[in-house]
This record gives sequence, C-alpha cells and structure tokens, in this order.
Amino acid sequence: MGRGKPHPNRQQLPHSPRLLEPLPEKPDTHDHTQQHNRTHMVSTLQSDSGHLLEVHDLQTHFTTSDGVVKAVDGVSFHLDQGEVLGLVGESGCGKSVSALSIMRLIPNPPGEIVEGKVIFEGQDLLKVSEAQMRQVRGSRISMIFQEPMTSLTPVLSIGRQLRESLELHLNMTRQQAEGRAVELLDMVGIPDAARRVTDYPHQLSGGQRQRVMIAIAMSCTPKLLIADEATTALDVTIQAQILELMKDLTQQFGTAVIIITHNLGVVARYADRVNVMYAGKIRETGRADEIYENPKHPYTVGLLSSVPRLDVPADQKLEPIRGDVPNLMDLPEGCTFRDRCDWAVDRCAEDDPPLEEVTPGHSAACWEKHRVRAHAKAAAK
Amino acid sequence: MTTATQHAADTANPDQNGAAPLLEVRNLKVHFPVTKGLILQRRSGEIKAVDGVSLTVMPGETLGLVGESGSGKTTAGRAIVRLQEATAGQISLEGEDITNLSGARLRRARRKMGMVFQDPYGSLNPRMTAGSIVGEPLVIHKMHDNKRDYRQRIAELFSIVGLNPSMANRYPHEFSGGQRQRLGVARALAARPKLIVLDEPVSALDVSIQAQVINLLKELQQQFGLAYLFIAHDLSVVRHTSHRVAVMYLGKVVEIAPRDELYENPLHPYTQALLSAVPTPDPRLERERQRIVLQGDIPSPENPPTGCVFHTRCPVAAQDCSQYVPELREITPRHWVACIKTEGYGPYA
Repeated sequence: MGRGKPHPNRQQLPHSPRLLEPLPEKPDTHDHTQQHNRTHMVSTLQSDSGHLLEVHDLQTHFTTSDGVVKAVDGVSFHLDQGEVLGLVGESGCGKSVSALSIMRLIPNPPGEIVEGKVIFEGQDLLKVSEAQMRQVRGSRISMIFQEPMTSLTPVLSIGRQLRESLELHLNMTRQQAEGRAVELLDMVGIPDAARRVTDYPHQLSGGQRQRVMIAIAMSCTPKLLIADEATTALDVTIQAQILELMKDLTQQFGTAVIIITHNLGVVARYADRVNVMYAGKIRETGRADEIYENPKHPYTVGLLSSVPRLDVPADQKLEPIRGDVPNLMDLPEGCTFRDRCDWAVDRCAEDDPPLEEVTPGHSAACWEKHRVRAHAKAAAK
Repeated sequence: MTTATQHAADTANPDQNGAAPLLEVRNLKVHFPVTKGLILQRRSGEIKAVDGVSLTVMPGETLGLVGESGSGKTTAGRAIVRLQEATAGQISLEGEDITNLSGARLRRARRKMGMVFQDPYGSLNPRMTAGSIVGEPLVIHKMHDNKRDYRQRIAELFSIVGLNPSMANRYPHEFSGGQRQRLGVARALAARPKLIVLDEPVSALDVSIQAQVINLLKELQQQFGLAYLFIAHDLSVVRHTSHRVAVMYLGKVVEIAPRDELYENPLHPYTQALLSAVPTPDPRLERERQRIVLQGDIPSPENPPTGCVFHTRCPVAAQDCSQYVPELREITPRHWVACIKTEGYGPYA
C-alpha cells in the first residue's frame, strides 16, 4: 500500500469516519440466523426485473501508451438474491476488472468505465455520487481480494480495521463496535478472539488473515459478496477451510456471492451458475451442472479437458488448448477464440458470434454451438 | 529420535527392484539458523526445513514430491541439485556421492542434473537473449565445437520444446509465460542431463497453458529417457505426471507409494485430507463428496510439534502421537507410511 496506484481496499476503509447522509437501506440485523433458500428467494429489495444485480453491456477500457485495452468489452449478466455465481477464465480475460467495475474501484486514469449499467437493488451504481457509492461499498456490497498479505493495512490492529466499517455503516459506538468485532472474529473461527482482536495482521497466518477479511466483508451483512481469487494464494487444506466458511456465512445471511477464480473445481463445488469469460467477453453462461456436463463453447470444452483431474484415469492425455491467450491490445477480427478453436469455420473470421441461448438458461457465443461436444469427457466415461 | 530416523534412513529405500537408482537421497537434512541481535548474532534456533528425507529416483522415472507451503519440498529439491548446502545426509547420483563435491567435480556432476524453476519471469535473465539463456549450459560445460555447432544445438533445443528457432534473438520479456517456461525446459535439457528437478513448473501458468507444458514434459521424458523429480502442491497435476509420489509435511516424508496406490488407497491421514481438499471440476460429484477439512494452520517449522509433526491437525491422533516420532515403514509392497495409526504399522515404542 502507499504511494502509486491506490489500493482498491483503501476506499473500503477510509481512515476517518465522516458524517454521511442516512443509509439508504438499513441492513436487517434480525434475520441473521434464518436459513435462506439460496436460489428462489423473494425479496422486497429487488428491482422490477426481480434481480439483485444486473449488469448491462459493461465496457471498461484502459488507455495505455501502446493503445486502448478493452479489458471488459460488453459484459451483461444478472444475479439473484442468495445466488452464487462463478466467474471463470484465465488471466487477462476481464473477470477481475468486471468485479472492480461493479464496485467502481477502477483507477482512473488509466481505466474508465465507458459504457453500461450496473443496476444493484434497482439503482444504477454507475450514476450515483461517490459519497453514495461509499455507503454501498463494504456495507451492501463487500469484496474479498486475492492477497491476504496486502489487503489489510499493516499499521492498524485487526480490531481497529473491523470496527471501521461497523462505526461507519452501522453507526455503532466504539464500545458496541469493539464488542461486535470480537463476535465477528469468533464467528469466522479465530481462536481466542477476545485476545486476538488487538493483534496486527503480521501476527496472523495467511489463512487467518483471509478469515479476518471475511469478517470485515460480512460485518454489515452485505447483500452481495465478491470474492476475487480469495483462496488462490492459500494452501489446499486452508483453501478448503476458507471456502467452507464463506459458504456457511453467506448461506446464513442470504448473501449473494460472485466467485472469481480460474479454478474450475472451486466453481463446480460452490457456484449455482457460471459465466465463462474470454478476452473481455462472456462466452458461455448457464447453470453449473449444464456448463460442466454439456459445454457448448469450444473454450469451455478446452478448459475442461485441459485440467488434470482426480476423477479420470491418470494416464489419460491432457488436451491443451493450442496457442496462447491473445494480446488484448491486438485482438483478431471476428471471434477472438478462432485461432485456438477446433471447430472454427469461415464465418468465425468475419463476425463475432453473439451470446445466444442453446437451452433455456444456457447460452453460448459460438456459431457452431450446436456442433460442439465435450468429446474428451465422453471418452473418459 | 536419532535411532528411529537412522533406522528409517537405512530401510526407506523403496523400489530397489534390483536396478540401481539414478538418484539416492539418504536422511537429508537442511536446517537454517535463526539468529537474534544485530551485531552479536546469537543463534536462537533452527528452522528444520528438511528433516531426514530419504528417497530414490530410478532412471526414466518421475517421482512426484507434494506438500503445502513450508513443507520443505523446494528446499529438498534445491539441496539435491546442490544449490543449497545440506546440513546432514547423503545425496548420490549414479552411485557417486555428490554431497560434498566442489569445483570441477561438482560441475561435472551437475551436467547430469537440470532444474526448471517455478517463476517463468524471475528465472530468466532479462538482459540475455533467449538463445544465450538456453545455450549457457553448453558454454559452461564446453559442449560445443564451434559457433556453428553452438547455434545449431540451440536451434535444435528450441524445436524440441516447441519454440520457433528464429525466436533465439529475442529477449525474455517478448515471450509469454508458457513460452518462457518452455525456455526454462530447453535450458535444463541443454547439457543432456539424466535427471531434471522440476520445481512447480506449471503452477504459475494458466490452465490451458499448463496442459501444454505437462504434455511437453511427458513427451521429452519418453524421447530422452529422463528422470524427473516433480515438485508441486497440486495433487491432480502430480497424478498426471508421476510414477511414484512422496508426500511431505513439515520437512518430513509422511508417505511414499506408486501413484495409483497412493491416490486410490492413501494411508496417512494427511494424504487423505489433502486428497479430499482438492475440488473436482464436476458439480454433481462435488455435492456428493464428503470432505475432511483439517483444522488449524501448518505449525511453524521453527517450533515443530513433538512426536509426529502432524498430530496437532490430525483427525485420528492418539496420545502416543505426541511422543513417538513415526518412521517410514513399508505397509504393503512399495507403499511406505509414517503413521502409527495405520493398520499393519506394527509395534512401536
């Protein structure tokens, strides 16, 4: 943290609580313990279309000395209350930038959200003032970042960092916030919470720091939690602990989750629906079962057959996707995946295929989507 | 403790099948001193990064070395290629003890060993061209007759790893992550080694590129009869690449077995937990699966638990586990486990 690029989390933890206009919606603190039906939840807070979050044609560009990078290039998706959405793709596909755009944490310059709507609880977040946005961040929408080392400030105790959002968003007094901070640490499984609350981040292990991040993120019972590669830096056994904790808490609070990851296994375990991104665009979207059983975009098929997995014969050869991830500065005309695709036809060079429905709720952006089969998986069975 | 580990070191040489092993590591220890004070540096403790590891690698075989961060797998790999001094133990390559070699004799021994590092960005000198990076071992070991021969060999190495030889004049930053790792592999191959230590060779790469590099490594192994020590934290990657697998925890090997045996019949509770923590890309399977979620964190190697190092997190730990240091024992043929709770482990004291 410090000079240079502002750390996104800075804005989530302003250093002095300031006077703000009253909260738009006081989080309901009484239904904490209720179990929510994750997918079919009816809420009064939802917009007319019934979705908690709707992203329409989002475009985020970065201007560099070498040209414009279209990191997110026309992304549309929605999320219902309590639902878990997986955002999958390789590095540079735009999954993190999509999430940061929703939070309006894109550093400008060089980045800019040039187009689109982010409708959250009926309100377009791209239109509200910065002051109003600050009330949304950390309270209605929270985010957990990849690096447990840098997303907490090293100079404040974890208790102080936990209190920040409680005092700011929930108008708690210092005493109330102190008590609540201990409860939150206890909730995320930090042993001996009352004593550990005065610890500084360097005194905690990577897994514990990520637990503290979760405690901060869940402290105001947000409606939406964005987990950006939240467990990527952790060891497998710790990863399992953190994912289970996140699942338990979000289920308990009825929080919707966007899991951003490159790990197809994590998505398979936790997501209800999946968006597969490639070169700034969503290339396939659908229910997790559908995507894994019956992928309709060649890139999804390629991803699934290139990961080594424990449930197929060990000697089965991996089928990598040929070539390299394209340079976002210099994308090919037509379909951006064409050069690496086994199904490509002449048309792919001219027109970029739109995202079209294959079966209800399952869409793919491919001209040959009805021909695409998960051959590798069929062979495995 | 000394007698127990000594005994383990003498017997824990799985896979001797009559043939001579290419690499034999006996009771390897790498300890790092922990010092206190600025001027008068007092030794206040030791980090036992590798604490009594014994293993063998046969010619043409891949031994997978798995473990979480801090388990000592990378340090063990570095000690084997002599990038890190061993505190104790013996490393033999083709029957020759290389533990204390130096100078020209060490250089000669190193010709038989290559290493590929994890970070495709940090492990290539940004001021050298790709060709001179790959050709450096040829220069060091004086393996070329003239300039033409040198260039030809570099071009050959480039094609072997699937890179266009015309790229030899480019600098590392002009290559993508996957291509850089191919350069690392080409450099490791240059001196025609018999053994390559691969330290997390694919973990920094995107999934679609990972598979390319894994397939390349397997092809090269068949083509040149290479032996690999494949160090990784990803159990599914190791399963696809290794013939035998050793699992490490806090500086010790807790289980060694042939691949299928280890994955189908893991005996050590740590191996079982590790395997159950790996998510599978299949939602239906994932929903049905029961997970063993380990409690707590990996203890600090500066202050490891007494007895079995895993007992603080072990779901089946008994009282004896905190007192007795379990040695590796062969439970079924070629399947070695260091856990007193394993059925058939036999008496201990």
